[in-house]
Amino acid sequence: MKNMFRQIFHSPKFVAGFVIFVIILLTMWLYPLINPGNPLEMIGVGTFARPGTYFSLYDAVDAPTETLRLSDADDKRIDASMSMEDRVAMVAWFEQAGVDVGDLDITDTDALLDLWRANYDSSTRLPGMTNAKRNYYKRLDRSIQSMQGADKYSVMHKDADSGEMVERSTINKTDYVNVAQVVNVKTLPLGTDNFGRDVLKELVSATKTSIVIGLIAGIVATLIGLTLGLLAGYVGGITDDIIMFITNIFTVIPSFVLLILISYSIGQEQRGASVVAIVIGLTSWTWTARSVRSQVISLRNRDHVNLSKLSGHSLVRIILTDILPYIASYVVMAFILQVSSGILAEAQLSLLGLGPKTTEVPTLGLMMNWAMLYSAHTNGSWWAYFPVILTITLISFSLNLMNTGLDQVFNPTLRD
Amino acid sequence: MGKVMLEVRDLKTKYVTRFHEDVYAVDGVSLKIEEGKSLGVAGESGCGKSTLALSLMGYYFPPLHYISGDILIDGKNISGLDPDVVRKTILGTEIAYIPQAAMNALNPTQKIIRFVEDVVRAHDPKARKKEIRERAEARFAELGLPRTVLDKHAVELSGGMKQRTVIAVSTILSPKVLIADEPSSALDVTSQKMVIKMMRELMDKGYIKSMLFITHELPLLYNVTDDIMVMYAGQIVEKGTAREMVFDPIQPYSHGLMGANLVPEDGMRDTKPTAIPGTPPNLKRPPKGCRFAERCRYATEECRTHSVAERPFGEGRMYRCRMSVEELREVYKDE
Amino acid sequence: MSEIRERKDYSNGPLCLSGRGVTKVFGLGDNRTVAVDHVDFDFHEGEFVSIVGESGSGKTTLSKMLLGLMTPTEGEILFEGKPRDISTGKKRKEYWKGIQAIFQDPFASYNVFHKIDSVLLDCIHLRGGKNLSKKQKVEMMTEACSFVNLKFSELTNKYPFELSGGQMQRLMIARIFLLKPRILLADEPTSMVDACSRATILDMLFELRRETGMTIIFITHDIGLAYYVSDTVYIMEHGRFVESGKADDVILTPQAPYTKRLISDVPKIHEVWDLSTVDLLKEDA
Repeated sequence: MKNMFRQIFHSPKFVAGFVIFVIILLTMWLYPLINPGNPLEMIGVGTFARPGTYFSLYDAVDAPTETLRLSDADDKRIDASMSMEDRVAMVAWFEQAGVDVGDLDITDTDALLDLWRANYDSSTRLPGMTNAKRNYYKRLDRSIQSMQGADKYSVMHKDADSGEMVERSTINKTDYVNVAQVVNVKTLPLGTDNFGRDVLKELVSATKTSIVIGLIAGIVATLIGLTLGLLAGYVGGITDDIIMFITNIFTVIPSFVLLILISYSIGQEQRGASVVAIVIGLTSWTWTARSVRSQVISLRNRDHVNLSKLSGHSLVRIILTDILPYIASYVVMAFILQVSSGILAEAQLSLLGLGPKTTEVPTLGLMMNWAMLYSAHTNGSWWAYFPVILTITLISFSLNLMNTGLDQVFNPTLRD
Repeated sequence: MGKVMLEVRDLKTKYVTRFHEDVYAVDGVSLKIEEGKSLGVAGESGCGKSTLALSLMGYYFPPLHYISGDILIDGKNISGLDPDVVRKTILGTEIAYIPQAAMNALNPTQKIIRFVEDVVRAHDPKARKKEIRERAEARFAELGLPRTVLDKHAVELSGGMKQRTVIAVSTILSPKVLIADEPSSALDVTSQKMVIKMMRELMDKGYIKSMLFITHELPLLYNVTDDIMVMYAGQIVEKGTAREMVFDPIQPYSHGLMGANLVPEDGMRDTKPTAIPGTPPNLKRPPKGCRFAERCRYATEECRTHSVAERPFGEGRMYRCRMSVEELREVYKDE
Repeated sequence: MSEIRERKDYSNGPLCLSGRGVTKVFGLGDNRTVAVDHVDFDFHEGEFVSIVGESGSGKTTLSKMLLGLMTPTEGEILFEGKPRDISTGKKRKEYWKGIQAIFQDPFASYNVFHKIDSVLLDCIHLRGGKNLSKKQKVEMMTEACSFVNLKFSELTNKYPFELSGGQMQRLMIARIFLLKPRILLADEPTSMVDACSRATILDMLFELRRETGMTIIFITHDIGLAYYVSDTVYIMEHGRFVESGKADDVILTPQAPYTKRLISDVPKIHEVWDLSTVDLLKEDA
């Protein structure tokens, strides 16, 4: 036994899969401790906030300011506020004025502005330019100049009695606020989803639910498959015929179709995560049953089983001590695959809108479903679905890697 | 003295287990087979006789590794050749190998003639189908195999017929050495006899020039080969003619092995077969002294600490024991 | 020499196991195979019986029926003169107190998850020794192991696969020694054991018979081995007994053509092995 574990943990594939899976489990357990709260709380109004750190502007006004002189602050500010249309218009003006732009890169704000300051003159009348266009360029020039100037913003509030605007404070361009001193800051590493929920928090919670669903489905499927397989294989005869008849029926009907039908008939309200898990388990035991049966049939005629019979041992005892240990490694492998396919089945089902009800817990499948319904994939909100896909892939990859590693340990002929 | 067809000089090979331990399965084996002669190798399971067969082909692939020694076929040294060269130029023409499960190596979906084509074309890629068929039919007729076999699939043949077919196909290029590793052990006695009869014909008609026959069944070996050598724990412990080895074994292990046979003959019921207690040594760590010392009833402290070299005696015989031939004959007489 | 080589006549002794028209058919219709075809036999108490047959002769099927692991399609097996009744689990358990087996492959005969101690303890419990003290049990196991030249102190807490094939097969005999059944069915117990260890195992079987007077049914394909060990030999071909009788009679003066062929085809040492009896052009059986 000890030797077997040593061998298992010598298999690089198993260890790699195991490490990935443990990291996922640890994250699932640790993250809610750091960031507690209801994962389905809608913190954002409006959909799909980008990933990033958010702090309250309102509170920032009252936060103590420090003066920092950062040399590139102006450049960044101008860079961020100059739209692409303005830049294109500036180049158009140069061309009309006959300025040689050379190989100017319009995203290079510095070079663009240098050229602009050197050449623009509001009094120049370019031929064929309408007044409106001329005024546009004048406005553009003014705003560029004001960005470089030393203007301040005033923060005012309306006096409740007189109705007059009272200046509360002024904000200089060199005023900085320490984020740590702003009362309300929220970091959303994966932004928010369509309902304004923290995607990372939701993802961690969904991973947990999905793995639980996978485990329940795996346990249900393995228990049913193992029991039926053992009975069919060991007892044989009419028992075998009946069990195999049932198994064949379940094999012939695609389990996913069955899954859809059952989920649909249960109805949205009754479909909790555990119900979905059990339904998945109930539809996916067939191949476990079939393969356990064939393993048992080959074991049934082994001499140690015959000898156990001759020793007068009962059927249950023979199955438990002389058959089960021999197929245990196989069952563990089958179980791992069942968990993996259970997680995938939930994702598929939820994607079709037949998953667990949406109000209780998030699952990986539900998150995909929401992202799809609110067109996250077309409006570029990658954070709403890509991390989910990655998580599903990682879980399934790690489980399959563990399975392959085990396979190589238990079936040495497969090695290399 | 005839021309030496196979000569092996101090061959050493090893297995590497998956825990990277070395198992010295063939440890300093030397032997010679002359043209027209056959040599039998006897020994218990795990004594290295099958490894010897694999090693002799000069075709090494993991976990088997070559350490040292020479293998000469008709004077040509094949040890240390590239496996690819061995496969193309040595196997089939110089040396042919038939393992116990050879008959299971036939692809059940192909006709026998296809295997003949494969074997012939491996050495003569331009050989024409018609020529190959003629050649195969002639050879099959000589060896007493129905020519209809050529157009049958392996599944249509019985076990014995399959094994004979495999032997006929693998020797179609008339190799100088045939190495047969338990070629008839999986068969019933009648099929076994047919296989042996055919191998005799191969030798008598000169289709194979020499043969190394490996088996654990001594009565069979006695009836098949001219000479017999006994292997124990990777080494040869005694060598002699078949008759000498069966009726006058000298080394304690081979003496025990010869006495352990049971044949349905008058008087056999009253002779007690010999039992040798214990198990062969672990070849990962071969014992320092005589390898048989642990199980030998005549062993002394010296046997356990001093290794014994091969000692020649009689006419071309040799044995490996600290005691002299006379001493050993004397102790056997007392039993 | 010792008692084993006495030519004792068992044919008038008390019957131990007999069969009348025992038949086993597998499959239906086109797949119908008659593995054992109406065989009759009488095994006597204390007799060493060999059933000799080549692969496919039905000897293993017959042995399974004798052990009660398989029910005959037809025919009747009599245990100590009375029809054998193994219809219920309890009756089967009772029957198996009287008949035990050693199988061909020692590596497949043990549950690899059980230690040697539990294999032997199981036998003690089966013989009703559940309430014995631990010391008594260890004594019994030590005695059984020393009977087969093994040291219990070296085996305890080990797994069967840590032993060699010969040692495992000897441990099987130790198991029989503890169980002391009236009949032992040995199904090719030496075919996977080296020649040098074979004699040891055969000696132990003889010793078992001498000590407990048990009947030994020895199933083998090796006619030389059968001749050496048995008092009575049954030759089986295609599910039928073609010849049976005292070992000397059957082997030295065979009557049935099949027996003659079988004996002539086995390689000999003192007699000439006549290769001309086989015709290469004939498709073998």
